[in-house]
Amino acid sequence: MNVIVCLKQVPDTETQIKIAPDGKSIVTDDIKWVMNPYDEYGVEEALRLKEKFGGEVTVVSLGPKRVTESIRTALAMGADKGILISDDALEGSDSLATAKALAAAIKDLDYDLIFTGQRGVDDDMGVVGASLAEFLDVPQFSVIVKVEVAEDGKSVKAHRPVEGQVLVVESSLPALITTQKGLNEPRYATLPGIMKAKKKPFEEKTLADLGLDPAKVGEGGRKVKILELTPPPKRGEGKIIEGETPQEKAAELAKLLHEEAKVF
Amino acid sequence: MNFDLTEEHKMIRDMCRSFSQEIIFPRAEEIERTGEYPYDIISQMAELGMMGIPISEQYGGSGGDWLGMHLCIEEISRGDPTFGALLDVTTSVVAQALAVFGTEDQKRKWLIPIAKGEEIGAFGLTEPDAGSDAASIRTRAILDGNEWVVNGTKQFVTNIGLDNASIIIIAAVTKKPVKGRGRISTFVVPKDSPGFVLGKRYEKIGWHGSATHEVIFDNCRIPEDNLLGDSAKGFAQHLSVLQTGRISIAAMAVGAAQACLDESLRYAGERVQFGKPILSFQAIQFKLADMSVAIELARNQYLKAAWLKDQGRKHSFEATVAKLFASEMLEKVASDAVQIHGGYGYMAEYPVSRYYRGAKVLQIVEGTSEVMRIILARELAQGTP
Repeated sequence: MNVIVCLKQVPDTETQIKIAPDGKSIVTDDIKWVMNPYDEYGVEEALRLKEKFGGEVTVVSLGPKRVTESIRTALAMGADKGILISDDALEGSDSLATAKALAAAIKDLDYDLIFTGQRGVDDDMGVVGASLAEFLDVPQFSVIVKVEVAEDGKSVKAHRPVEGQVLVVESSLPALITTQKGLNEPRYATLPGIMKAKKKPFEEKTLADLGLDPAKVGEGGRKVKILELTPPPKRGEGKIIEGETPQEKAAELAKLLHEEAKVF
Repeated sequence: MNFDLTEEHKMIRDMCRSFSQEIIFPRAEEIERTGEYPYDIISQMAELGMMGIPISEQYGGSGGDWLGMHLCIEEISRGDPTFGALLDVTTSVVAQALAVFGTEDQKRKWLIPIAKGEEIGAFGLTEPDAGSDAASIRTRAILDGNEWVVNGTKQFVTNIGLDNASIIIIAAVTKKPVKGRGRISTFVVPKDSPGFVLGKRYEKIGWHGSATHEVIFDNCRIPEDNLLGDSAKGFAQHLSVLQTGRISIAAMAVGAAQACLDESLRYAGERVQFGKPILSFQAIQFKLADMSVAIELARNQYLKAAWLKDQGRKHSFEATVAKLFASEMLEKVASDAVQIHGGYGYMAEYPVSRYYRGAKVLQIVEGTSEVMRIILARELAQGTP
C-alpha cells in the first residue's frame, strides 16, 4: 500500500503572532515552524498502514526551503521519501494554486491513499484537501477520525463524527482523506530515525519541473485575496461573583447572565 | 564560527522537548511524591533510542554525537532532572567507558543492551571514606585463580536500584600501596554476581524518582575478564569519561533552570497583586532577566564543551567550567523561581519547589564545586586556557 501524505509547515501554535506593517501578512522573523498538527495525524496513519500492508510512504510539501526540516521530521518518524515543491513564483499562492501544484507533483506517483490535514492551523482555510481530490479525480473523505482499509487493500471505510453520531463511508482506492484530531496519537521520531532521515530520498521540484505556469500561481494568481488581518479582540477582565452562600452566588450569577451577558 | 545546530541536532532537541513536556513533566510531581520508579517512561525513552545517541550503530546506538546527547539531557531534565541523571550515568559514563575501554566481548555483552536502553548501567566511585579524595578508596579486588574477589562498599550509586540495572562499573584497589598510593583499577560487576548485595535505598531531599542505593561487595566474585581497560594505566584512564559526566551535569542544570524560568514567567503573568500581574513589577522583571542571562551563558558553555569533545579536542577546562557554573547558577535560579512564586513556591506540588530541592545535588555529584575549582586552578597554573 503506497500512501502519500501532504504536509504543510505552519508557525508553532505557541508562537506569538504579529501582523506585518502591510496589514495583510504576519511577521515571519523568529517564528518557530512546525509540521501542521493535522498533517502529523496523516503521517502517523500512513505509517500504520505501511506497517500493516507494506509499501511506501511519500511526503509531499510545498513552500520555501525551510519546509525541508518538517519533511525530514516525517522521514525521521518513518516515512520513506520526501518531495518539496519549491519555487519563488509560488510565494503567496492561495489554496487553489497550492492544490494544483500538489496535484501536478502527485498525479504520476503510484498511490492508494492520500492524507491531508483537514486544515492548516495557520490560515484555517481547509480547502486544499478537497481541491486536490478534485484535480486528481479521486473520492474524498473529510474530517476523518478512523480509517479502516479492507484486508485485501482494495477499499477503505472512513469514520466522520457528525453531531454526536458517526457517519461511516466507504470507497474504492485510490482515495483522499483529510484528517481530524482523534484519528491517532502521532509517534515521536526515534533517534535512529533522526540519524537516518538525511539519507532518505528527497527531491525538490520547481514549477518548470511540474509544467506549471508561474502566472497562475503565487500572489498574482490568487483567486482569494487577503484584504486585512486583525488581531483577536482583547479578552475583557473576568468577574468574580460575590456572595456569602452558594445560593446567593447562584442568584447573582443568574442575574448577571440575564442582565449583563443577556444569554437568556 | 558557526552557532547553528545541524538538522539532526534540532530534530533531537525538538523530539526530546516534546517528549519531556508531554510525557515526563505531567508525571514528575507524582513520581517525586511517591518515589516509585517510572519504568514506563524509562522504557519509552529506551525505545526512542535516547540511551544510545552517541554510541555507534554497531553497538546498539544511533551513531550520533555528544552534542546531540546533551541536547537530549537538557530537554529531558527540563521535565524532570532525575531522568537526566539516569541518562548521564548510563550513557555519558557507563556506555562511554565500555565503548572506549571495553574489549569486543565486553562491548557485545554489556554495551549493546545498555546503548539500546534495555539494560541500565551504574557507576560506583564514592565510598564511606572516599569522596572527593578518590585515591583513598578501600574497595579491594584480589585475583584468585581466574576470578577477582571484590570486597567493599560503594555509596550513593545512581540507577542501581532499578530492576533493569544490569551492571555497575567500580573503581577498586588491586595492588598494595606503593609510597602511600595503591593502584586503582576499574571493573564491571554484573548485578547478579555472587556476593553482590544491593544495600539500602537512600532517603534524599529531592530526586525521589532516582534509584540511589548503597552497594556492598561481600566476597563478590567476577571473572578475570571483567577488568575494564588497561590494568597498567589503572583508573587514571577513566578521567576522560568523568569529564563527559561534567558536561552532562551542566546540561541537566540548564534544563532544570530553563524549567524554573518557564514556570516563573507563566506564574508572574498570571499572579495579580496590587491590581496588576506581578510580571509588571521591576523587582520581578529583574529576577527573570538575570535568570535568562545565567541560563544562556551556562547553555553556551556546555554546548561548547560538548562540541570540543565531538571534535576530539581537549575540553577538560571547558567541561569543568560548564559543570561548576551551571550547577551554581541553578541553585540561584531555582531559589529565585521559588521567591517569585511566594508561598506557593514552597508547596511540594508546585514544580519550582521540586527543581529547588533537586538543585543542590548538582554541586556535589560528579565532583564537588570545590573539586571543580581545584581542577580549574591546576589548569590555570599549567597555562591551559
